[in-house]
Amino acid sequence: MRILAFAEQRDGKLKKVAFEVAHAAVQLAGQIGAEAVGLVVGEGAERVGSELGGFGVQKVYAADDAKLSSYSTTAYARIVSDAAETLSADIVLFPASAMGKDLAPRVAARLKAGLAADCIALKWDGGSIVATRPVYAGKGLIDLKVNSPRKVFTLRPNVFSPGSANGAAAAVEKLNLNLQDTDFLARVTGVTVTKAGRPDLTEANIIVSGGRGLGGPENFKMIEDLADVLGAAVGASRAAVDAGWRPHEDQVGQTGKTVSPSLYVAVAISGAIQHLAGMSSSKYIVAVNKDKDAPIFQVADYGIVGDAFEVIPELSAQMKKALGKD
Amino acid sequence: MKLFVCVNQVPDTETKVKIGQDGKSIDRSEVNLILNPYDEFAVEAALQLKDKNGAEVTYVSVGGDSTKEVLRKALAMGGDKGIHIKTESTGDSYSVASMIASALKDAGADMVLFGKQSIDYDDAAVGTMVAEMLGVPSASVVVKLNVDENAKKVTCEREIEGGTETVELAMPCIISAQKGLNEPRYPSLKGIMAAKSKPVQEVAPGTVEPLTEVIEMRKPPAKQAGKILGTDKSAVPELIRLLHEEAKVI
Repeated sequence: MRILAFAEQRDGKLKKVAFEVAHAAVQLAGQIGAEAVGLVVGEGAERVGSELGGFGVQKVYAADDAKLSSYSTTAYARIVSDAAETLSADIVLFPASAMGKDLAPRVAARLKAGLAADCIALKWDGGSIVATRPVYAGKGLIDLKVNSPRKVFTLRPNVFSPGSANGAAAAVEKLNLNLQDTDFLARVTGVTVTKAGRPDLTEANIIVSGGRGLGGPENFKMIEDLADVLGAAVGASRAAVDAGWRPHEDQVGQTGKTVSPSLYVAVAISGAIQHLAGMSSSKYIVAVNKDKDAPIFQVADYGIVGDAFEVIPELSAQMKKALGKD
Repeated sequence: MKLFVCVNQVPDTETKVKIGQDGKSIDRSEVNLILNPYDEFAVEAALQLKDKNGAEVTYVSVGGDSTKEVLRKALAMGGDKGIHIKTESTGDSYSVASMIASALKDAGADMVLFGKQSIDYDDAAVGTMVAEMLGVPSASVVVKLNVDENAKKVTCEREIEGGTETVELAMPCIISAQKGLNEPRYPSLKGIMAAKSKPVQEVAPGTVEPLTEVIEMRKPPAKQAGKILGTDKSAVPELIRLLHEEAKVI
């Protein structure tokens, strides 16, 4: 049996999630006695694919074609499904990234495979794979079994270890694609980068978020300053987004992003249940809030009951020194 | 133009999750059920197209009797009719998608709209699965939508890490709506009254087995409230020390 790891690349570079998914495939393969193989799709995939080698995947298949210079949900779905069939890979792993979440349900439907989405753990237990995943934005967890012969899993970014490079090479084999125009009924024609220089919320190791207590959009400047010192992403509570202070894509919580960074700094956020659901699985939480009864302190590892306008600039300044960035 | 919007009934975002008797799902006894928030953006998008170009808007929902409430809610916002795929056992994303795909197979849809995910199981899968089952293109997590009815082409922007990508789709197609696409309207009193007489057709689902099975549901391990380090900026050095030495995150 084979496990196929969809190793996401954009612009000719493997994403961090590609290593996370490949490493998870190798680990799962070890437990069930299967072979983990990688799949890279896109123009230049053959060159990109070799980078997966040192992370434990010995065989990488490349869907490399000039027609694949940009993402196409329909063409990619056909390629991944065909590869799974040709390679007899009954298990396909994707990252639960923007691309993986767009692609995995199509591949699952095509392969008539059950889908376990946004998994935070996979384990081999008594002859079947048990996937653990959050539901209700993290207010609950479920253990899930996929009963169909073919199975598709998407793995939440930033949760699975990417492993470490061991220097081993991977054999890259180019797939025969035979792409038709009808494979491109949906295709990407352009990409707009809005967050240049800062990591995305779903990928960030550190997040600094601001809430209604900041009083206005102009005061997010100090959140951004602290984020830049820490190399962090900027988030916001729903209250701050609904007030029009921050764009929708910055919202953390049940109707925004669910995040699990190593460090989450909540500034002037009271901690509504929807917000707590979206960030409670962060490894460490720091809260700065004037109200000592704010629910955010119930989940915070470290709290300062004080004025954000005084504490945050000081934190930025001292952090800068501590990190040698001044 | 024939537009279909798939809507789902979910527990309110205020809901505190309590595990049910079966240990596999939540206790729904005191849960307030609402129209899935992301579906409101899909409803609004369809209604804006109807306002602009004229279109027939049909809502589709899968579930038990209470599901009619979300069909009525959507119909109160606007639109023409509802299809209620009536079943007490919805199963998983695959079985729900199969039921919707059979209902839409011969419906002549030009576009089907979904919310980007239901806020209960958060799979974010049904719309895209339906697209594959119907053999039509799709775009998920859409924040901008432009429909060219004459050219049978949809151009939209979908959210990706750190930005957006522009996607061109041939119609018929399926999109799933993200917050930011529009500001959903509130149902007017007139709309609420009118919704009562709009037709809702009940259909039986085919027999579709789910492909996944929940073994157990539990609450995540509770976070312990931590240390309060101080009440002003004098606590900053201690915070930095703890982040560095204890948490080791910086």
